[in-house]
Amino acid sequence: MSLPLDRAARVALPTTESVQHHETAVADLRRRRDDALARVPDLQALREHAAAIKGHTLGDLGTYLERFEEQARAAGAVVHWADDAPAHNRIVHDLLAERGVHRVAKSKSMLTEECGLNPYLEARGIEVVDTDLGERIVQLEGEAPSHIVIPAIHRRRQEIGALFHRTVGSPEGEHDPVVLTEIARQDLRRRFLSAEAGITGVNFAIAETGSLVVCTNEGNADLGMHLPSIHIACMGIEKLLPRLEDLPAFLRLLARSATGQAITAYTTVVTGPRPGGELHIVLVDNGRSRLLADPEQRGALACIRCGACLNTCPVYRRTGGHAYNQTVPGPIGAVLAPAFRSDREASTLPFASTLCGSCSAVCPVGIDLHGQLLAWRARAPFGGGRIRWVARLGAEVLARPRLYRLVGGLARLAWPLLSRRWPGNPANAWLEGRELPPHPGASFRSRFRLWSQGSRSREGSRSRGGSGE
Amino acid sequence: MDVALFIPCYVDQLAPSVGIATVEVLERVGCRVRYDPGQTCCGQPFVTAGEWSQARRLARRYLDRFAGADAVVCPSASCVATVRRRYAELSLGDTRVVKEVGARTYELSEFLVRVLNRPDVGARFPYRVALLQSCHGLRELHLGHPSEAVEIEDSAPGPTEAVLRAVRDLELVLPDPPDECCGFGGLFSVQFPEISTRIGRSRLVALAATGASHVTSTDASCLFHLEGLGRRAAFGPRPIHLAEILAWSEER
Repeated sequence: MSLPLDRAARVALPTTESVQHHETAVADLRRRRDDALARVPDLQALREHAAAIKGHTLGDLGTYLERFEEQARAAGAVVHWADDAPAHNRIVHDLLAERGVHRVAKSKSMLTEECGLNPYLEARGIEVVDTDLGERIVQLEGEAPSHIVIPAIHRRRQEIGALFHRTVGSPEGEHDPVVLTEIARQDLRRRFLSAEAGITGVNFAIAETGSLVVCTNEGNADLGMHLPSIHIACMGIEKLLPRLEDLPAFLRLLARSATGQAITAYTTVVTGPRPGGELHIVLVDNGRSRLLADPEQRGALACIRCGACLNTCPVYRRTGGHAYNQTVPGPIGAVLAPAFRSDREASTLPFASTLCGSCSAVCPVGIDLHGQLLAWRARAPFGGGRIRWVARLGAEVLARPRLYRLVGGLARLAWPLLSRRWPGNPANAWLEGRELPPHPGASFRSRFRLWSQGSRSREGSRSRGGSGE
Repeated sequence: MDVALFIPCYVDQLAPSVGIATVEVLERVGCRVRYDPGQTCCGQPFVTAGEWSQARRLARRYLDRFAGADAVVCPSASCVATVRRRYAELSLGDTRVVKEVGARTYELSEFLVRVLNRPDVGARFPYRVALLQSCHGLRELHLGHPSEAVEIEDSAPGPTEAVLRAVRDLELVLPDPPDECCGFGGLFSVQFPEISTRIGRSRLVALAATGASHVTSTDASCLFHLEGLGRRAAFGPRPIHLAEILAWSEER
């Protein structure tokens, strides 16, 4: 009965050590987030302000998109619209092919991951080098990012040392992060200089000025958009903010929520192409306008991809991002899954939450993540047929106190049987790694009857709580 | 004060001693306790399973049973959170009744502190006890301050901690991190057994690291999960429900 994510977790983080490493690394990000945000005065007001701006923008997105397009064009950029991932990939490829580009330096962009741009371009003879260090690591490893901010967070330094030795010729046994970073930097510098085009993601776009805002810690996006003469920026249509003065609230929240930094090391506002260069902006829908039309779920479009909900999630901490089998993992990924995918696996992801609510509590823009997970569940109750039938039966029993008492009595008779694993035992999933509680004895309702008849049997509270007194 | 008891189905069937302890505590602070055997389940499992039409049937039943009560007390934060926070989303019709019954349904420690202003119920429990915060208690009923809510400057302990601090000779400790989920999650625990037990084991290690002899919670369900893991691994502090600690007193 276990669902796909449960099985995938055993593959994504297969050993106790790998789980512990991931758990520690991710929990550390959450701690840094706590420390950084604790120093922000009026944090709650700041979050509400940011949420209100997002809500307002999404409420009138069409107008802001038109305004943005107009202003970006006026500044000299070329704006392209893509309905879906294939259209996005085609647009980017055409731009590169028309200019005879064979080497591209790409900075971090979850959107291009979502669209599968790298394999698309590589299949057409264009070499794409991911220039964010974490993205570079997963690219060399031949895997997808497992976290939306720290793509290689699931990899330990020893693994990265071995990978670099295999792929970029670092000395064998070297796994000092500083040395490895320097080696990657030298390798990437060479590739930056030979790249003929730069592709970047976009963190925010400003409707009033037609500007793009790109945040990185490595400056790699800045090199990518300034060294080659062609810059292609790929963004989801939900990234808009109305005015430049709306930006600071988001910059204050983004880096603090993500890594605990006050601000990302490089925060670049780009308006139009650099002199003599070209700037192309690809605006991608890929399911977003459908989500926007869904009043119960549209809140997820406010997401600024800080990763705070991943970092605090007890589930994500123990599964790793790859187990989710999609670009965005964690609570926000589970909310987006049924909006963007129609397969059965996607419909099970909203169940991959204990509903502890920590995701909603850390979200800097106030997305009710666990509420939205519940709303998805109500639309597509898990498993259809069999579970439906079991639920129906359960409710029939619980709606009839006498029947409920009878079934409870039978279960208590069967307790010794239920407590052992045998094929077909309904308690098997529970018994995976756990015992059932000891036989509970008589139910509360029957004990209470004795109690109220004056016998005041104390036996009840002793049997479980016993500390040997 | 007259109190209607809500003993959720799983407590009734699987942790009856928690129900008895709840009655003892309430009577000790002078409440007259009434128990209606027509009650069963608040509907929580059906809410989390997405089976909202079934959840509605049970929610209506709950509202019918408890509509007249001044106070309903329940030794399970997640059930109270279902009544108070989730019923409103089920479109149950009369929103006034939903609101009123929700506002008058209390978790035990919440009732003792916020309604009776009696955190001290005269209990004594001479052990080191680790508190496992219930997520629903923490974030939906605000029975404490969740660690991620860094904007909250109020340093006064929430009701759960307050009643435990008032127990004589009890040394209260918190695991690190202080309030991560135990991994139970109801349906989650059987739909995702591997992940559920991974989370639970890591909590168990954190709880054991406090050196506590017991672990307590407002929710017996979280404790079943930890107890089940601890018994399988022969490891970890002994689970005891909050009500059972509060019922423990000198004369026993």
